[in-house]
Amino acid sequence: MGGSEVILLDFWASMFGMRVRIALAEKGIEYEFKEEDLVDNRSPFLLKMNPVHKKIPVLIHNGNPVCESLIAVQYIDEVWKGKAPLLPSDPYQRAQARFWGDFIDKKVYDHGAKIWKTKGAEQEESKKGLIECLKLLEGELGDKPYFGGESFGYLDIALVPFYSWFYTYETFGKFSIEAECPTLIGWVKRCMDKESVSKSLADPHKVHDLVLILKKKHGLE
Amino acid sequence: MGDEVILLDFWPSMFGMRLRVALAEKGVNYEYKEEDLSNKSALLLKMNPVHKKIPVLIHNGKPVCESLIAVQYIDEVWKDKAPLLPSDPYQRAQARFWADYVDKKLYTLGSKVWQTKGEEQEASKKEFLDCLKLLEGELGDKPYFGGETFGFVDVSLITFYSWFYAYETFGNFSIEADCPKLIEWVKRCMEKESVSKSIPDPHKVYEFVLQLKKKFGIE
Repeated sequence: MGGSEVILLDFWASMFGMRVRIALAEKGIEYEFKEEDLVDNRSPFLLKMNPVHKKIPVLIHNGNPVCESLIAVQYIDEVWKGKAPLLPSDPYQRAQARFWGDFIDKKVYDHGAKIWKTKGAEQEESKKGLIECLKLLEGELGDKPYFGGESFGYLDIALVPFYSWFYTYETFGKFSIEAECPTLIGWVKRCMDKESVSKSLADPHKVHDLVLILKKKHGLE
Repeated sequence: MGDEVILLDFWPSMFGMRLRVALAEKGVNYEYKEEDLSNKSALLLKMNPVHKKIPVLIHNGKPVCESLIAVQYIDEVWKDKAPLLPSDPYQRAQARFWADYVDKKLYTLGSKVWQTKGEEQEASKKEFLDCLKLLEGELGDKPYFGGETFGFVDVSLITFYSWFYAYETFGNFSIEADCPKLIEWVKRCMEKESVSKSIPDPHKVYEFVLQLKKKFGIE
């Protein structure tokens, strides 16, 4: 699509930003990646493009911002519809994909964050909560190669970026996600075989190092 | 069309109301099933095992949960009448953004207005009004958030109107005083039968909240 300008305001460790990177890569879209410094200093450009939430990721298409990662992924799917369809074509399957994407947003992120931010009973509860969520998602995957069925899709994109944070959760929480959810890890490896995924996800060890810095900074040790 | 449509709902739920409005806009016949949230039915627990919440839209036996997801589903299935989402992808993304904003902010802030007192309540009132003002700004001069026609964001937000009287009474403030254009938009929406027939009497909602406050000792 000649003359299309795409910019992604992002933060390298954000699982939400990674979703948009994967979607753009799936569609073969060239874009400019602009790293935001979320630890210290949000840019005036970010504040202009997302005045309501002041968060990344923000997809900017020909100067028009789209905020909220799952909304941006749907937008990408609808605009660049000739290649790699991400959402199912059937309305009921689409509703199910959106439901589970919403479930991930409501539950997985919060449990995960609490695992590295808390200790003792609160941490144990969060570990339990995260595993319950992942098992539920594993059940939804079933025997399918991807959540999207035979092909990689919206729900796969919504969840797989969290893999880059699993090492962090496991290290601070002292548990193994693979031990509890082997099928899910099998699915992760299948996704990581895709270049759109492997090139979009952050290195899990680098994420861990970032969290060490964040914990020090916020006195959470 | 041989469609069987059931709506599991709870009469004061602003989320359930969204589905009532959407189904009415599309002229879809459905069976309304009132849930007793203190004693959830086996059907609800079967149809929404993950969240165990209403509303649940059940179409030919298959459940769709989460109100905004169900409204989009309704729009996509019954697509020949009263389109709710815009046809342009960018406008669609904007509509989804603002409906998501309503979900993220309004319910929690509104709840705080009737559940708290003193300084905490004052802070919640201010934040609540700030949200409504932002939405009022997004509406601008348009008759509806959807532009010339009633649409997705209108459906997402109008149902909160049934709770305004409760918020205002318990919070001791006037939403119309701060957001007159929004209240004009409310009146415009309430002229639509799909809306007026789907939204309960705000005084009944107030009575319901009074009961809740007594029940939970928040007085």
